[in-house]
Amino acid sequence: MPIHEKSLIRPEDLKTHEQLVVEGVDVSGHWSTFIQTRVIADYNEALEEEVAALPGAEHIHRCWQCGSCTNACTVNALNPDFNPRFWIYLVRLGMQSELLRDKDIIWQCVSCNKCTYACPRDVNPEGVMKALSHWLELKGHTPKSPSMIFDEEFSEQVIRRGRIEEGRLIQRFFKRTGQTLNQEWLVEMVRRLLRHLPLALLARLGLARLLAPRSRGWAAARAAIQDYVGAQQARQRRALGLGERLETGAADAADTTQH
Amino acid sequence: MSDDKTDKYRRVAYYPGCALEGTGHAYNRSTRQVGKALGLDLVEVSDWNCCGAMEVKNIDPKIQTYLSSRVMSIAANRMGMDVVMAPCNGCYHNLKKAEYDLAHDPASAEVVGRLSAKAGHDAYRAGQVETIHALDWIKAAIGEEGLRQRVRNGLKGLRVANYYGCMYTRPRHIFPEKDAGPGSESTFEPHFMDDLLAAAGALNVEFPLKTACCGGAHTLSDSDTSTKLVLNILRAAETAGAEVIATECPTCHSGLEMHQIRADRKFGHKTQVKIIYFTQLLGLALGLTARQLGLHENVSDSLELLAAKGLT
Ligand code: SF4
Ligand code: SF4
Repeated sequence: MPIHEKSLIRPEDLKTHEQLVVEGVDVSGHWSTFIQTRVIADYNEALEEEVAALPGAEHIHRCWQCGSCTNACTVNALNPDFNPRFWIYLVRLGMQSELLRDKDIIWQCVSCNKCTYACPRDVNPEGVMKALSHWLELKGHTPKSPSMIFDEEFSEQVIRRGRIEEGRLIQRFFKRTGQTLNQEWLVEMVRRLLRHLPLALLARLGLARLLAPRSRGWAAARAAIQDYVGAQQARQRRALGLGERLETGAADAADTTQH
Repeated sequence: MSDDKTDKYRRVAYYPGCALEGTGHAYNRSTRQVGKALGLDLVEVSDWNCCGAMEVKNIDPKIQTYLSSRVMSIAANRMGMDVVMAPCNGCYHNLKKAEYDLAHDPASAEVVGRLSAKAGHDAYRAGQVETIHALDWIKAAIGEEGLRQRVRNGLKGLRVANYYGCMYTRPRHIFPEKDAGPGSESTFEPHFMDDLLAAAGALNVEFPLKTACCGGAHTLSDSDTSTKLVLNILRAAETAGAEVIATECPTCHSGLEMHQIRADRKFGHKTQVKIIYFTQLLGLALGLTARQLGLHENVSDSLELLAAKGLT
């Protein structure tokens, strides 16, 4: 399938003359379309290095711009502006302002790994997308995406107890993203779910909500993971030239007192 | 597949994972029931933990590797098992990924070694266990021929679209046993579920979106995208003439169920195709009851269709 990326020329950079005759040939309108000369003065020379310091993007330098990732991409099929190949190109050149135009959609990668499957250079574009959205958040270019909030809630629960209890997770996620649980389709789903369920099972599911599941003997694993995550986050912040911040440590302390 | 696998897979360590204790309860139940009906022995991994699902890797990939390695370490070092069977695509994928990373990336092995020592258990070493999916398990331990002999109430040509999703086949490199010639699973066009359900009497339709993405990673955080992706899958299945989409992953399964309703209620796109775990379909063919297989627990209500077909 050919890759149609002409849309990458922004409309404001196109110049068309309504009336133009060059050496007796009428090139009015469409025939006189040119691309405006641009001067780029704000390269971020550290961009590739910073992104590559985040997990998943370690191999971004291998990319040879074949476009297989974009061609295979699930989200690109829904929104042509979602273009992993193009973003990798911009990062490698250090064209930060150009990259920032798409900052609000990069987190939408659904981790389907079609790109990773297709990539001939083992770049792991899926990982690059995650690293890019992480970079945007750490640098303050975007607020935390709903996806990142979900990942955090999920990981906190796993690290704390070793296991996930979905009901609790969903409730906390909806609360943190300011959504109501009272959405028509969600209510309908619960209604259908309850239709044929025996009471004993409902009681059991309800009980799981109260007695959050946990792995036995998890405390030592939890401490080991927390140490490691703390050290990694500090390392990443240093690589991006950001100050130290002990956010996770504080959140964990609050959680331990809670349980 | 070779005979040594037939025997080796008769008794395996069973890793249900978090989803199978929650929304995927019916998958857990039907997997255990089918195992029992086929005379296969499932020994649950004691004291297991979450594999990290799709989320923990975005906080730190090596923590995900550690979490998955702990499950394999318990199976190998505490229980002395050499096969771990995970019916959830997410769990299966993560254990495979951890196996690959531990074999090929010294930094991952170093972190897992360090964290395991701190957590007070033996570190998992690559190669100690073989991780398989529920599909590999039945396919190798029983096989199509074995299944055909045991079918008591065949699926009577029920038209099925087999949906495998993303994590079962991608990325290719973590599944070295796939794409390995005749008899092996294909990452491009998987067929193990097709094979088993055909042996159980289903009619597999020509379904082009077997490995399309349902948007499971963003099912709640970017619901509109997930709804669009799921609607594509549902419509393609209906266009192909399917009455049922067979699933082999709790996240895909509940994603399809949830966004089928959402597409209808929020965007007015109604679809009729039913969503059923492949283990539930196999169970029906083996003569188990709808209740034993948890069919009433599915949000997608297939009881009427199955009754009309004389399958329940
Ligand atoms: S993993 Fe993300 S970037 Fe890669 S193909 Fe899927 S949606 Fe596109
Ligand atoms: S498929 Fe790989 S090499 Fe090709 S453009 Fe994408 S990341 Fe680069």
